Amino acid sequence: MSKKITVGPVGYMPQSAPSMGVELSPEGKALLYGNIVEEEEAMRDAAKALLTMANPTIFPGPQVLWDWKDDVAEKSAAILDLAAEIPNCKIIPMPDYRPKYPKIDAEAEINPNHPNLTILHNKIKAAVFIGVHCHYANLSLRMIRAGTDCYTIAMCAFMGHEEAMASIRDVHAEDVLRFRDILVQVRNELGIEWTAKMPPENPSLPKEDWGTLTPADYGEYRSLLMSKKGEHIADVE
Amino acid sequence: MSLNKTLVSMDYLLKEAPREKHFITGAQAMAEAVKRASVDMAIAYPITPQSEVMHLVGDIFAQGHIKEYYRAEEELGTMSAIAGAARAGVRLFTATSGPGLLRGLEAIVSWPGHRVPCVLGVLTRVVNAPLSIQPDNIEMAYLLHSGVVLLHAENQQDTFDMTLAAFAITEKVDVYIPVAVATEGFFVTHAKGYVDMTSEELAFNEPDPYAAPVPAMDNEVPPARIQRDAPVQKSNFMSYLIHSVWQQEIWDSNKRAMKYIYQYLGGPIEVQNPDADVFVLASGCAAAQAREAHRYAQEEELSVGFIKVRAIRPFPKEEIRAALKNAKKVIIPEHNIIGWLATEVKAAIPNSGIVVDGPRVYGGMTLPVELIMEQVYMALGMKSETLQA
Repeated sequence: MSKKITVGPVGYMPQSAPSMGVELSPEGKALLYGNIVEEEEAMRDAAKALLTMANPTIFPGPQVLWDWKDDVAEKSAAILDLAAEIPNCKIIPMPDYRPKYPKIDAEAEINPNHPNLTILHNKIKAAVFIGVHCHYANLSLRMIRAGTDCYTIAMCAFMGHEEAMASIRDVHAEDVLRFRDILVQVRNELGIEWTAKMPPENPSLPKEDWGTLTPADYGEYRSLLMSKKGEHIADVE
Repeated sequence: MSLNKTLVSMDYLLKEAPREKHFITGAQAMAEAVKRASVDMAIAYPITPQSEVMHLVGDIFAQGHIKEYYRAEEELGTMSAIAGAARAGVRLFTATSGPGLLRGLEAIVSWPGHRVPCVLGVLTRVVNAPLSIQPDNIEMAYLLHSGVVLLHAENQQDTFDMTLAAFAITEKVDVYIPVAVATEGFFVTHAKGYVDMTSEELAFNEPDPYAAPVPAMDNEVPPARIQRDAPVQKSNFMSYLIHSVWQQEIWDSNKRAMKYIYQYLGGPIEVQNPDADVFVLASGCAAAQAREAHRYAQEEELSVGFIKVRAIRPFPKEEIRAALKNAKKVIIPEHNIIGWLATEVKAAIPNSGIVVDGPRVYGGMTLPVELIMEQVYMALGMKSETLQA
């Protein structure tokens, strides 16, 4: 297979995958390095990347972090099941899309405005995007391909992403679990021993008491920002 | 919807639903499409003169086919209000023309970047001085680089079908940028033609704001964490790279619309007599005159083909390149002075020397078929005794 889309860094000014002729896969198919393939082939390649490359990480986005639709909780639970089966996997969320100021906490979160910072800081060589809105996923995946050597996997609830090395479309909870099963199968084939274990707690996020949270906690910017509990924003743009 | 309609897919509505023939104006055809599109909100500054479209859409609102109608104070306000309403995940329609389009252009060119799905009717008029209210599609040139998907209707039937299809295309997750449907003022908007229309009891399925590449403002708690217009709010905390990949994403989205133009409209171009030596290629109501010139040529047994361009953005470069592969000349009649369609075609084909620039009419003048035939005779090397173009 000739690889149209490869692990980066592709350079200063990335060409977009669609402009290179990559088209989204039809229903029931997947994309692997920009080529339309069977889903299982893409899942096996993605699983191998997560099992063999350094610091595998799952980046869950708002669509699986906030319980705003009926199927979210089930899908989020499936993502945790998947994470538990990937040796030394981390979960670093993309909880929102606003630029982080004055500086992102790259161990705590990833952001579409500068996703490379989180990838490079944590030396992540393989990553899964899931639950990130398609527009922001496309921007992030392209910027990661431009400036890092990270293998990217898109597990999309809609049509997938041309920019990812492996793109699975129409992903629901059962598809995440199917990917988990394939990953375990590949792991056994590779002879990697691992007992399912939840990823570590995100080290940078303090425990928050959501039960006592009130709008007053957000100060005069409460309609625009939801700051971390205890965080005081004194300086604004 | 306050009316008890049967909601159906766009595929069914455009391809399978029974139709009845009506004799209506282009403005009525656009409004009738809006009536069948389960539009949540129409916003407009219905200045006179532009066209009757937004007046008719106002009637449709009064009849209960649309949930909300907001009359803005001018076009920049109209287009800005569209951007604002889109944040709530609702289905939107507006229409304008000529000077109104240009007044709203600052907001319109921000729509794709803000991922605003909406349908914009463009009923073309003269925009340059001296002031005129006559048809001339030079204003479409200003939309070519805006990022919006741009369709160009030949007649009243096209206006109906393209407007309906636009509502489906604009909301596709992999597109989600505005779709403009342009047609010529007066020649199409004020003239009557036969339109095969579906029953108004049938309407397009209502939008699903969750099926979107960006979050709507109000479908998350807390909503403000994931506003889509981050560049506007915190631009100096962003890299130049995200600005550039964001722009790429808009044009990628524009490109992805092409498969839906095939799905709903049968493709971006129509080709007649594909083996001809000389082609007449046109869009909008110039295509109607070009079609007539093709008929004349057929009667005279001349080797003349016809290409109608339905989609101006995304521009069907590959399709036109293939259609003109063996052409010796291609004549491009237009209703504007600058010849934006000829420029597009020249950039799309490897042998741009075959393009005949014109004939062009503007300032409201009509496009006689004889003017096109003059160029046909010249392209075929036949002696012409009529007007020089």
